[in-house]
This record gives sequence, C-alpha cells and structure tokens, in this order.
Amino acid sequence: MKVLYFAWVRERVGVPEEEISPPREVATVGELIAWLAQRDEGYGAAFENAGAIRAAIDKAHAPHDAPIAGAREIAFFPPMTGG
Amino acid sequence: MIAPKVRVQTDPFDAAVETALLEAGRRDIGAIVAFTGLCRDDDGRLDALELEHYPGMAEEEIARAAQDALARWPLQGLTIIHRHGKIVPGEKIVLVIAAARHRGEAFAAAEFLMDYLKTRAPFWKKEHRGAGAAGAWVEAKAKDDDAAARWEK
Repeated sequence: MKVLYFAWVRERVGVPEEEISPPREVATVGELIAWLAQRDEGYGAAFENAGAIRAAIDKAHAPHDAPIAGAREIAFFPPMTGG
Repeated sequence: MIAPKVRVQTDPFDAAVETALLEAGRRDIGAIVAFTGLCRDDDGRLDALELEHYPGMAEEEIARAAQDALARWPLQGLTIIHRHGKIVPGEKIVLVIAAARHRGEAFAAAEFLMDYLKTRAPFWKKEHRGAGAAGAWVEAKAKDDDAAARWEK
C-alpha cells in the first residue's frame, strides 16, 4: 500500500511517500503506526508519540482503530493547523 | 441546494471580487458574511508562513465541510478558498463567504466552517524566522478543538 507523510512526520521519516508491505497481523491504523515506529530511528522519532499522530485512509480522516484492509492510500500527519 | 465553490490554490485571492461574484444578479440574498484569515506577525520576527497541504484530501475535506454546512443552514451561496505555499505577514490565507436570507444563518455557517477548517482540513503551518534558521511547525491549539467541538452537539 501507499503511505504518505506530512509536516513534521514527513521530515522525521525523511520521505514524503513510499510503498510499504506490512505483515498480515498489522490490521489497524494504530498497529501500522506501531509497526512503522520500529523500522528505524527516523520512523521512531516520527511515531514515538502515537497519540499525536492523525491518519487518513483514502483521503478521509480515520481513527487509530480503523481497519486498513483494502486501503489504497494511508496518510500520517500531525494535528492540523490550517485556517 | 446550491453548489459551493471550493478552491485550494497558491495564488492570492480578492475577497471583494469573490463576494461580488457570489451576489451578482441575485435578488434573494439578504445577508453575506465574509471571513478573511491573514498571516499575522506578533513580534516583528516572522518572515513567512509555509503552508503544506495534502493535495486531493484538502479539497475533499473542505467540500465535506461545505456539505455539512449546507445540511445545517439554508445557505444561498458559499465560497471557500484556502491558500497553500509561502505566505508573508499581511497576506490573506483563507476566505469563507456565506450568503443566506438572514444574518444569523450566514454568521453561524461562516463560524462553523472556520472552526471546521482549523481542526479538520489537512493544512500545516511552518513559521520561518530569520534567514538560515530552521522553521518551526505551528502547534495545534486546544481552543481550536474546543471551538470545533461545540458544533457536535
């Protein structure tokens, strides 16, 4: 699946987007955050405080307990500061 | 139901022109509330804000907010423009124009949409202060969450 990162999540991970293949047992947004956090130091820094991470599945906001099966695109970002 | 105008763009916008477009040829509108949000420098040290956005989702999320507003109030016109990219103090960032028969609906819809945009539209502001200095991401404010939460009752 395709994942996108924005703002300081993007800066800490080091890339704006990538293709990932998490193992089957990673079933929810929250589990994907935990899986990403242990990939390396940059991901660890980006995802260490999971509570500060917002997510979107296929361009719509998704809570951490949302299932990721069938998702084409998952985005991770900090709380929004537009307006 | 009217079709809202939603635009996400780097270019500046003209609030007066957008208001004129919305009311042109209309005889049924009794109230127009236009809110403009600007880039503000509090201490004389902000060079620019850099607004990052999630292309595609930004437009979709604002359109969802517009539909939500139209379901709550009988609006007769609605324009929402949000800029991204580099914006210097004094420049405009966001525009919401709500038109209705009466002022109550226009005021309420404009305020609802701004509260919604602040907390749910995928934009992030980075502050640039001084040449060569690393920018700092603006932190989300609890008062914005509180303002958005009052519409959920």
